[in-house]
Amino acid sequence: MVGVEGSYNDKVVRQFAVMTVVWGVVGMLVGVIIAAQLYWPGLDFDLPWLSYGRLRPLHTNAVIFAFGGSALFATSLYTVQRTCHVRLISDKLASFVFWGWQLVIVAAAVTLPLGLTQGKEYAELEWPIDLLITVVWVAYGVLFFGTIALRKVKHIYVANWFYGAYIVTIALLHIVNNIAIPAGWFKSYSVYSGAVDAMVQWWYGHNAVGFFLTTAFLGMMYYFVPKQAGRPIYSYRLSIVHFWALIAVYMWAGPHHLQYTALPDWAQSLGMVFSLVLLAPSWGGAINGILTLSGVWHKLRTDPILKFLIVSLSFYMMSTFEGPMMSIKTVNSLSHYTDWTIGHVHSGAIGWVAMISIGSIYAMLPRLLNLPKMYSTKLIDLHFWLHTIGLVVYIASMWIAGVTQGLMWRATDPENGTLVYSFVEALNATKPYFLFRLGGGLIVLSGMLVMGWNVLRTFQLSAASTAPQPVLPPDAADARA
Amino acid sequence: MTSAWTWYVVAITVLNLLGCVWLLRSNVKRRPTDPKPDETGHVWDGDLTEYNKPLPRWWINLFYITLVFSVGYLIWYGLGNLRGWGHWSSKSEWATESAAENARLDDTLKLYAGKSIDDLAKDAGAVSIGRAIFINRCAACHGSSGHGATGYPDLTDDIWHWGGTPARILDTIQNGRQATMPAWASTLTAQGGATAVDDTIAYVLSLSRPDQPKDAVERGEKLFAGICTACHGPQGKGNQVLGAPDLTDNYWLYGSSSVALHRTLDEGRQGVMPAWKEQLGDTRTRLVGAYVWTLSPHKEPPPVGAVVAE
Repeated sequence: MVGVEGSYNDKVVRQFAVMTVVWGVVGMLVGVIIAAQLYWPGLDFDLPWLSYGRLRPLHTNAVIFAFGGSALFATSLYTVQRTCHVRLISDKLASFVFWGWQLVIVAAAVTLPLGLTQGKEYAELEWPIDLLITVVWVAYGVLFFGTIALRKVKHIYVANWFYGAYIVTIALLHIVNNIAIPAGWFKSYSVYSGAVDAMVQWWYGHNAVGFFLTTAFLGMMYYFVPKQAGRPIYSYRLSIVHFWALIAVYMWAGPHHLQYTALPDWAQSLGMVFSLVLLAPSWGGAINGILTLSGVWHKLRTDPILKFLIVSLSFYMMSTFEGPMMSIKTVNSLSHYTDWTIGHVHSGAIGWVAMISIGSIYAMLPRLLNLPKMYSTKLIDLHFWLHTIGLVVYIASMWIAGVTQGLMWRATDPENGTLVYSFVEALNATKPYFLFRLGGGLIVLSGMLVMGWNVLRTFQLSAASTAPQPVLPPDAADARA
Repeated sequence: MTSAWTWYVVAITVLNLLGCVWLLRSNVKRRPTDPKPDETGHVWDGDLTEYNKPLPRWWINLFYITLVFSVGYLIWYGLGNLRGWGHWSSKSEWATESAAENARLDDTLKLYAGKSIDDLAKDAGAVSIGRAIFINRCAACHGSSGHGATGYPDLTDDIWHWGGTPARILDTIQNGRQATMPAWASTLTAQGGATAVDDTIAYVLSLSRPDQPKDAVERGEKLFAGICTACHGPQGKGNQVLGAPDLTDNYWLYGSSSVALHRTLDEGRQGVMPAWKEQLGDTRTRLVGAYVWTLSPHKEPPPVGAVVAE
């Protein structure tokens, strides 16, 4: 037995966990507002700060980088300590990462409605904020890898491979895509231009999906699914294969965002075939998670947290099947620029990313607070059903709307070869589904409010019991001298 | 793209695909030193363990199928500046498809070639094609029902600034129009003092709305006679040859508010109708003209006193 002392740094984990819920509510609320604007365009009240074009990036940045990001910081910093059997390398650095990231989010929430943007999707923030992100991210990397270096076990747990890959890759993507020449404090020009700019942007854009929204959340899956199921991970070997395949192949898939554009044909072909190759590596992670439940499927009946985790993996499988299909040029010519893409993104975002995050926070919070469970398991179950139903309404309406748009835009009269519909006619045909989408979004948001209440009550229960938790000594056989 | 870059792309693509194959092959079989499938080797955080079960067969096959497909696809479609076996390019696909569509379209269009738009307007099939062209090309400015918008003429009334005969409408569609209302405010002020612009506006408004202040109208009439009549005519009835609107009909292309009329005189107006003949070809401009012809009731004759373009 190796002697260990001290306690885990759970303060930063608690901070990020709370902000996950707060930014989740805020980000999804902005989503609901812009969904309402699409149905009732007058809801911007002719104010530039409330216009759709400015609120939409606020929504995407809030749910991806504020909600998803906080969930990743919370769970990665929790996981790395528990599976390395050591406290974070520095409390000050942890505190800097928390406050630095919150500053980034607040800066985004101020500048985006003011219309300050680089005009690059998911990389809208202007250069001073980009520099702040870089500093915070490097600090995060030092915090994470420094803790790994101090670990008391020989083997690095699989979840940490995924978190590690995500931290390294996001740094690379962020820096390369945001290289720009400043023209004042609030304006800059990208160093890339034309098709090269588009390619760099979607290399970044798709790998933000691949590494921020996928690889990192697989790290979350690899800790919380076996923990919550109380079962060993299905296959170590599968985790090796799909990890390396995933990170090697994802890098190539970006050009599928630029099918039938000025990008050279061969680059489009490459983007398409690597998107198809990505199917098996993506599913590898999902089946490794789902098969971990072998023998304990009955737990799904009683444990809504496990339901969140497993249903999130089902949506992960579904959207990683849908994605490669949509990258096929023939399918893409129908689906691109339609609401089908919006549906696809949300089955990944509300289905996979949000559900695995919500399940993990519910699983982690009581442990952080020395409580046996959350304030109310029934409310978790209610949240599960609200979230799932809202999500299904959302994506089903976007599928119908998207395919309708795609078919109407391309419809030609077989008699004489002229286009049958005008753009506004296709818009008119899909308008009812915008209302369904708003309804689905409202249901998902109401679930997040239920979560907020449950989290608040759980914190109140724990008021007296947040004593620091001692570092668990590693198993003797695995201890690292 | 130089061939050095092509071979660089080919090399890293092949390396990556082969890497996937190697990764699969080296992990399909269990080496003697590996843990057994049901063995849980290491323990983390008290109770986290891992089995080492074999990769599912169907999953391995799925992976191989996508890899084989990728190689085949790239050989057929090409990589870098190496042309694929299928000799495909997006340009050639576009050329083939559009040639086929154009041939089909030509079959349809030859039925309507060279006919005047009022003749074509009697043919329901021609009007239907014209409408399809209109909603995709013209509706952006004139609205999907042809009612126009501020700055874009309403096509459903009898008011034709550039002439409403079939030949004239077709000419407008095919060759476009460039209207020029000069900015007259400074000239007017030089001639009629500080109130000159307001006076002119009062006179122009009085042509369709008589309840304007009398003294302003009288001053405005003199200014109008000296400057505006050149294009809009002595009675303000307009000139279709120049595209100068009739000012007596109470139709205001740019609005009749004081702000809008001041802007017209301060800055002038430069209305542009694009020329469509080059883009759509002769017959399709006739078809869209036929649809436009059906929008108007053709009941009101052009105003007496106007210069009418035939």
